[in-house]
Amino acid sequence: MSLDAAVERAAPGGFVRSGEVILSAETLTKRFFGVTVLEGVSLSLRGGEIRALLGENGAGKSTLINLLSGALQPDEGAVRLDGARIVLPRPLDADRAGIATIRQEFSLFGELSVAESLFAGHLPVNRFGLVDWRQVEGRARQALARLGALIDPRRRVGDLSVAEQQLVEIARALTRRARVVIMDEPTASLSPSEVETLHAIVRKLAADGVAVLYVSHRLEEIVALCHSYTVLRDGRAVAEGEVADVDAEVLARFMVGRAVEKGRQSTNSAGAEVLGVSRLNAAGDAPGAVRDVSFTLRAGEILGLAGIVGAGRTEIARMIFGLDPIGSGELRLAGEAFAPRSPAEAIARGVALVPEDRQKLGVFLELDVVENFAAPRSPKDRFPLDRGREKRLLGEFAAKLALRSPGFDAAIARLSGGNQQKVVLARWLALAPRLLIVDEPTRGVDVAAKADVHALIRRLAAQGVAVLMISSDLPEILALSDRILTLRAGRLTGESRAADASEEALMRLMAGETATPPAEPLRP
Amino acid sequence: MTVSASLTARRSVSLAALFARLAPAIFLALLIVLFTALAPRFFSALNLFNVLRQVSIYGILAVGMTFVILTRGIDLSVGALAALAGAVAAVVAKGHADTRFVLPFFPEGLPWEFAALAAILTGGLGGLIQGIIIARLGVPSFVVTLGGMTVFRGLTLIVGNGGPIAGFDADFGWWGRGLIGPVPVPVIVFALVAVVAAVVLGATRYGRSVYAVGANPEAARLCGIDRAKVETSVYALTGLAAGLGGFLLASRLNSAEAVAGSQYELTVIAAVVIGGASLYGGRGGIGGTLVGTLLIGVLLNGLVILNVSPYVQQLLIGAIIVGAVTFDVFIKRQFR
Repeated sequence: MSLDAAVERAAPGGFVRSGEVILSAETLTKRFFGVTVLEGVSLSLRGGEIRALLGENGAGKSTLINLLSGALQPDEGAVRLDGARIVLPRPLDADRAGIATIRQEFSLFGELSVAESLFAGHLPVNRFGLVDWRQVEGRARQALARLGALIDPRRRVGDLSVAEQQLVEIARALTRRARVVIMDEPTASLSPSEVETLHAIVRKLAADGVAVLYVSHRLEEIVALCHSYTVLRDGRAVAEGEVADVDAEVLARFMVGRAVEKGRQSTNSAGAEVLGVSRLNAAGDAPGAVRDVSFTLRAGEILGLAGIVGAGRTEIARMIFGLDPIGSGELRLAGEAFAPRSPAEAIARGVALVPEDRQKLGVFLELDVVENFAAPRSPKDRFPLDRGREKRLLGEFAAKLALRSPGFDAAIARLSGGNQQKVVLARWLALAPRLLIVDEPTRGVDVAAKADVHALIRRLAAQGVAVLMISSDLPEILALSDRILTLRAGRLTGESRAADASEEALMRLMAGETATPPAEPLRP
Repeated sequence: MTVSASLTARRSVSLAALFARLAPAIFLALLIVLFTALAPRFFSALNLFNVLRQVSIYGILAVGMTFVILTRGIDLSVGALAALAGAVAAVVAKGHADTRFVLPFFPEGLPWEFAALAAILTGGLGGLIQGIIIARLGVPSFVVTLGGMTVFRGLTLIVGNGGPIAGFDADFGWWGRGLIGPVPVPVIVFALVAVVAAVVLGATRYGRSVYAVGANPEAARLCGIDRAKVETSVYALTGLAAGLGGFLLASRLNSAEAVAGSQYELTVIAAVVIGGASLYGGRGGIGGTLVGTLLIGVLLNGLVILNVSPYVQQLLIGAIIVGAVTFDVFIKRQFR
């Protein structure tokens, strides 16, 4: 509450290079199924301005971007372009109005050439109505040159690096003569030199009078690049002002804002080592691939793994679970060498993974609840399968997890996301793993189910299971973990005891500032 | 918003799901009633066994195809593979195809057991090779089995030197034409195959893996299921079924012909899909496939009894296939 008093308003004229307001949002409100995700948010973008949009996961940034780019419609409030109220029924209409959005998942076409994807939807044609390829290529070359990007317009988009694809996206915005460019975490997966290039381009866009809305988690980047900022928290704009007046620490505090959940009382000082990771490297050499990661995890301990998307958290989990090949480095499980070549091997050794993307990797939507529960291979299964026994077993977990299901024979698609997640958790718990890896265990899960899942994870740890928890939800990490590792671009940047950690400190480590004291790799 | 409202909605969803599952069986029952009303001799024991005998070979292939379709695959080669297996069985039984092709060591031929075994192994091997190409190399099943269809047809022509291999002994012929009591032998074979397949799919870990791989291949992998192994196996199983079907076909016709089993793949796929299996994988079963197979058999037989032109028969069957798949897509949308 007290922080709401800290809401700042930019002093009039505080923004020196300001042009006219091009795009403005006025008290935008958006609800999903009765839940308000954005409430009365206002924001304006002037020509030549680079405005940072900040907020934790779930603060409403994506919703705001979607409202400004026509992907969603506001329930209340208005979007104004040059002072006139506009309605953007489809993303195409925003595109036509000169509002370009560069998303985290690119909308480019992997199989097309760079030139083709730049002009997709509005390829220039000659007087016979045929595509004028000479003009396409020429204009593409021009647009890329304007960005200082040395990309051959004839190359296939799918062959470009992430950074190059991003430049093509920006070039696409330029060819559309966009006056507003919205960038959603553009540097999330770029290397430092690529970030520099991108910053130079964003500055150039602003110098040309384009208004930029820049979404990023990296506070130091915002301090270096942006002119103004708006902070969202729990769907409201809680702070706004000039970047020159603040520093990274202040911004972090605006973002976090709430009373931080107290760290877990460090438990009965954990048992024997369950998992040892030493000098783990990913097989690939993509920028941000996992490099030189070492840590240990003991029985009864919950180890939090924090980092932004693409920092390598999921990649580490996949290697431990035998899903991805290990480049180099060693794993030990309960003191023995461990080099799983498939999930089946990892499961046989007592490792379980609850994946991040429930729809894609977790559940079998076509199958019913029991079959989803009983899906993993288990040597204990006999012929014939005993569905009745499986149901009884699931029944036990259902009680512990407060699972709400219309019946175990029902298709799992009929359960809510939270209850689907509980079935997936029960699936792995039934195998009594010694190491449980949970990747974003409560993403897309309602508040009640979230509490149930948290309680279960705590109980498991109390029973001696070693838990590796990946989460982008910092309060969750702080509330559940004993220790917290932070990762950035594939490397560990710090290790903190949860009791001593704060969201601000973690956020700085995730953004790449070195820890004080510096992170020490754990000796195996 | 209220709890009771959402419960009602759930109940109606589950009723729709139940109806979707029973729809093929209901349609089959209606067809039988309709044909019996129009032509009472349709519902005689003689004619019904006739229907069963006619569909038994389709049915055996359809049981194999069910496994493939459950994993999101398709096998277009079953008819051609059955023909090849029949030709191999004929050569083993007779000892020679014509004067050019003589079985080494056994120019006089071997008893039916060896012929049957050779046919089934030929089918299994053909299926296994295709399965390896599909699962290990990641080539789409449509392409692999389309090519396989032509390859197996060509091999059949080579084995038989282009002509039929005809005239087997009585023991060989019993499998296709014999009776046990009033029941034709192929019908009994079909029933056994269906029962074994139903048990495998419904009550074994392997069967559940087949469903899991079809419903969500990535999630299956995370559950420790070896996706490639499961995928390879379903094509091998379909091959075994095609081999058995080819043996029965040669036995029934008393001849192995290069054109035997032509377009069987279409009828078989139709039977599986009409029976409620989803081409998107993960949904279907032997029960549905049985109903789908019988439905096609009843339809063909009834239309013949009613003297409907063969041209119109084709049209009706095609329309029913499209109707069944449209229904499937529609139902799927209701769930999402």
